[in-house]
Amino acid sequence: MSEHFPADSVGLVSPQSLDFDTPLTLDSGAVLERYTLVFETYGELNAARDNAVLICHALSGDHHAAGYHADTPHKPGWWDNCIGPGKPVDTNRFFVVCPNNLGGCAGSTGPLSLNPATGEPFGPDFPLITVRDWVESQARLADALGIETWAAVMGGSLGGMQALQWAVDYPDRLRHAVVIAAAPRLSTQNIAFNEVARHAIRSDGDFHAGRYYEHGVVPARGLMLARMLGHITYLSDDVLMAKFGRELRDGKLNYGYDIEFQIESYLRYQGESFVKRFDANTYLLMTKSLDYFDPAAKFDDSLAKAVARTQAKFFVASFSSDWRFSPARSREIVRALLEADLDVSYVELESELGHDSFLLEIPLYHAALAAWFQRIASDGGVP
Amino acid sequence: MNALREDQLSIIEWIAPGSRVLDLGCGDGALLHHLQRERGVTGYGVEIAPDNIIRCISRGVNVIHSDLDRGLSDFDDASFDYVVMTEALQAMRYPHHLLREMLRVGRESIVTFPNFGHWKCRLQIALGRMPVTEHLPNTWYNTPNIHMCTIRDFEALCGSESIEILERRAVDTRHRDSRAMRWWPNLLAEVALYRCRLQSPRIS
Repeated sequence: MSEHFPADSVGLVSPQSLDFDTPLTLDSGAVLERYTLVFETYGELNAARDNAVLICHALSGDHHAAGYHADTPHKPGWWDNCIGPGKPVDTNRFFVVCPNNLGGCAGSTGPLSLNPATGEPFGPDFPLITVRDWVESQARLADALGIETWAAVMGGSLGGMQALQWAVDYPDRLRHAVVIAAAPRLSTQNIAFNEVARHAIRSDGDFHAGRYYEHGVVPARGLMLARMLGHITYLSDDVLMAKFGRELRDGKLNYGYDIEFQIESYLRYQGESFVKRFDANTYLLMTKSLDYFDPAAKFDDSLAKAVARTQAKFFVASFSSDWRFSPARSREIVRALLEADLDVSYVELESELGHDSFLLEIPLYHAALAAWFQRIASDGGVP
Repeated sequence: MNALREDQLSIIEWIAPGSRVLDLGCGDGALLHHLQRERGVTGYGVEIAPDNIIRCISRGVNVIHSDLDRGLSDFDDASFDYVVMTEALQAMRYPHHLLREMLRVGRESIVTFPNFGHWKCRLQIALGRMPVTEHLPNTWYNTPNIHMCTIRDFEALCGSESIEILERRAVDTRHRDSRAMRWWPNLLAEVALYRCRLQSPRIS
């Protein structure tokens, strides 16, 4: 019996996977001899193979961007509000590809995978992966799918950074880059938050130097702490105040250290549910990848020089209350694109919801994305 | 498709084909869209209203969300042939700063503004009220136009800022001019249009 999904949903989807046996030399110098990428696709690749859109996920995302899995028929993919028939990324027009990144924990090769050298999970021996490495692996995925040029590469936060890196590394393999709530590189404060998150995980007694799988445990307290901290930084002070205020769970103070304020309950819930679905080693790796991201580094610290050769047209967007990657950081990207005389449009969207805004259905935001994808379609001749 | 405003139609002929244009307060992007199609112009609009930004994107005009009162620091010196600002100078917090910024970023600037020296304005002030006209329909308390000036005021500013006026048109609201308007522009013109640049420093 088939579930009834909303008409503007891509419906029931199932992940695909591809194995790659051409060794991938990573930025760190380490080599992945072979690896698997798990991904989902929505819509149809047209005969000209020019309507493909790559969706890049952020820190805690995966390949399940849209539609429903048979075993979770009530929980759509993480960007389902944006991808589907008639949605901003219209799957009636575009062929959408979303992979789980290398180092992830949702099926692509990562710390949970077996290390062929030992027969045990990689764990802490899995090499650190950079955004550039991801772009390289995604380019090989594009090759395998017969996609020479993406109509667009798109992402929010760490996903937006991948879109930017694509324009640097493969200047003629994407026609548009959609960079949302991102930054040209992390600020000191961003790195500091990541270090606290890593320290929480690594100092958990159950971490066992990353070999916790062998001990049949997970560093749950550490990963939970990391997520709680992260969650605070993804939301704005205003939205937390509006949502929880100083509301007390029991309606009175109990003068103890159990949950009293509703925000405490919420954060613990967020942390606990994250631990059930995410791997601590992957979390560590993803935060490092964020810290290392700096596409201008090899171009005399000039992002304008880094992107100078790209053919891509850029859409950059930020959110007013995002303090993790603030509008000022997006403007740095825009300034570099202007300096390089590239086609760019930029909008700063009013939102109370902080960094997480990029995942939400905010009318002006989605209208801007829809307009941009309409432009992509008319630029590229996609009907 | 929105038609161009009269003041926009008037300045099109001032813009050389194939040039790079920055349009400040570009609205729905109609002017740049026209210049891109008809004159092979490239460039960007700058706009503050998100719904206008979306309209620009829809018609394929590059647009940067920005508050002009914060200047043009996103743009490099002399990176445009023309920086255009139609009917917005009088709504700026510091018009003289922005004028300076326009001439830093562009080789030439094209500015249009409503002439506060028009006789209808003068008459209403003489009668003791702030002017409300067909072209300036807002009342004093709800007008976005916080820095009204006359043609003579603007030219005095150009003089003190070493701005050279290359061309001037003084017209009525339907963008017609007349011999009388050419003789007494500050009294008879409702809209002023200028093309200007920084005076080149004298070589000693």
